[in-house]
Amino acid sequence: MPKTIPMTITEKILAAHAGKKHTSPGEILDARIDMALGNDITAPLAIQAFKEIGVKKVFNRERVALVPDHFTPAKDILSAEQCKVLREFAHEQRLTNYFEIGEVGIEHTLLPDKGLVLPGDTVIGADSHTCTYGAVGAFSTGVGSTDLAAVMATGRLWLKVPESIKFDFRGKLNPWVSGKDLILYTIGQIGVDGALYRAMEFCGQAIRALPMADRFTMANMAIEAGGKSGIFEPDQVTLRYVKARAKRPFRLYQSDKDAQYAEVHEFDASKINPQVALPHLPSNVKDVKEVGKIEIDQVVIGSCTNGRLDDLRIAARILKGNKIASSLRLLVIPATQEIYREALKEGLFDIFLSAGAVISPPTCGPCLGGHMGVLAAGERALATTNRNFRGRMGHAQSEVFLSSPAVAAASAVKGRICHPDEVLGKGSKGSRVQGRK
Amino acid sequence: MEIEGRTWKFGSDVDTDAIIPARYLNLTDGKDLAKHAMEDERPDFVKGVQQGDILVAERNFGCGSSREHAPLALKVAGISCVIAESFARIFYRNGFNQGVPLLESAEAAKSIKDGDRVRVNLNTGEIVDLTQNKTFLAKAIPPFMLNLINDGGLIPHLRKAGKKKKR
Repeated sequence: MPKTIPMTITEKILAAHAGKKHTSPGEILDARIDMALGNDITAPLAIQAFKEIGVKKVFNRERVALVPDHFTPAKDILSAEQCKVLREFAHEQRLTNYFEIGEVGIEHTLLPDKGLVLPGDTVIGADSHTCTYGAVGAFSTGVGSTDLAAVMATGRLWLKVPESIKFDFRGKLNPWVSGKDLILYTIGQIGVDGALYRAMEFCGQAIRALPMADRFTMANMAIEAGGKSGIFEPDQVTLRYVKARAKRPFRLYQSDKDAQYAEVHEFDASKINPQVALPHLPSNVKDVKEVGKIEIDQVVIGSCTNGRLDDLRIAARILKGNKIASSLRLLVIPATQEIYREALKEGLFDIFLSAGAVISPPTCGPCLGGHMGVLAAGERALATTNRNFRGRMGHAQSEVFLSSPAVAAASAVKGRICHPDEVLGKGSKGSRVQGRK
Repeated sequence: MEIEGRTWKFGSDVDTDAIIPARYLNLTDGKDLAKHAMEDERPDFVKGVQQGDILVAERNFGCGSSREHAPLALKVAGISCVIAESFARIFYRNGFNQGVPLLESAEAAKSIKDGDRVRVNLNTGEIVDLTQNKTFLAKAIPPFMLNLINDGGLIPHLRKAGKKKKR
């Protein structure tokens, strides 16, 4: 028997999608794409390019998802026109995965929750946070509109097989430490281009203990370290999530024990406390206890990074019976219509409203300074979003700090950035809230 | 293929929100987007940039979002080529897909100053700073990406390939 060459999970998925037994980093593959997506910002350019290619029909009407989530419900006339382009194209191509307002949610929460992206898939999306789906054990990466057009036409895309970096989180998580803190810590360690062109593979004891919501958060922010993708080997937690949703077969891949990694980082999770990224880069990270007295004007809890039900539950635990500081605004944005409904049923909305928050319909909204909470000059926000670039949430002279939902909720109560212990008392037991069965 | 122009120099981690702020993403026409290229980062850019000018940056140029509006805005504003120490991955693909050649050279990125006249040979990767009289060699552009540039981007390239097939 010839010895098989060891591969990482990423290499295995890509090889399978190029009809090959084996591949290695650097090889350029013509890969079959299982799902391609675009949103109200990127799809109009893609649709224009698709028409220019001169192909009549998309490669598979069930495998192209159009999700109008960024500037919706349409924030102005121009945005409404863009949504119209998506709506008409979806209708004309009879796409099964077009999501109208009332059904739509933030793409990277919506597609996995609908079972449209599955373990072992290769997914591309004209949105940089497409890397989110690595949480279920898929290879997924962001591309531009032209690449999306090419995939819509052919169902295939050239992809260079990336080298992988392994992030091994040993030990147990501290109270109130979430996937968001682990990924902010990681980006702080390796920098915003520390994983450039590479796949980030997350593993270890602390990772196995993470619920899906936190894994999505971590894979989602791989791009903030320059990563091509982020990925988790599927386990029982993944299977429980996926089995309830999948409508087509899927494959589970694992990295071989002796697979090759460009780098291996070992982190002791028990030494990591809640983290905050200071302006204007996601790598500008500090322990929440070391940021000093930073007063804030606005707190945003939501986005493709942290707008899931678990995120809202954690925020609600901290906000329950408390009022937000009179000096700030709190926006809560459930990521999808389903999450919105569940949060309402569980009574979370009562808690948010009593605390003084405003609840937005699902949208990317303020994360990219679109609408629903844009900042004025000199204002400062703490957000559970993914980017704090200059002007990201509004005026070029505004500031964005990034944190977990727990830190965001506690900070909303105190009016300044703080550890959840400051609201719930020292030694309070947070925050691993497992989703209800 | 040779390009010559005045350079516009930027630092590291210039993100796509800096290249084209998200508040303009309700626009899709390159001409509309180009009016706002680098608006918050460098307000004099749009007024001063000339057709054929070259953008030079340090590390990780174009990080952040996947918006192809970023290379499109730069292209229509007049930028003919970007030289950087390194590029964010999605921007790299988008640049070539839009027909904007991107060259990687740490030395050139460090040495070239704002306003220098620079000549670039895309076939050889040779970068000549005519103002400082210095020459650098960038990593060669892979042949198939050079094809994209010669055809004017991925879409014209695919159309050309489609026509060949039909013949």
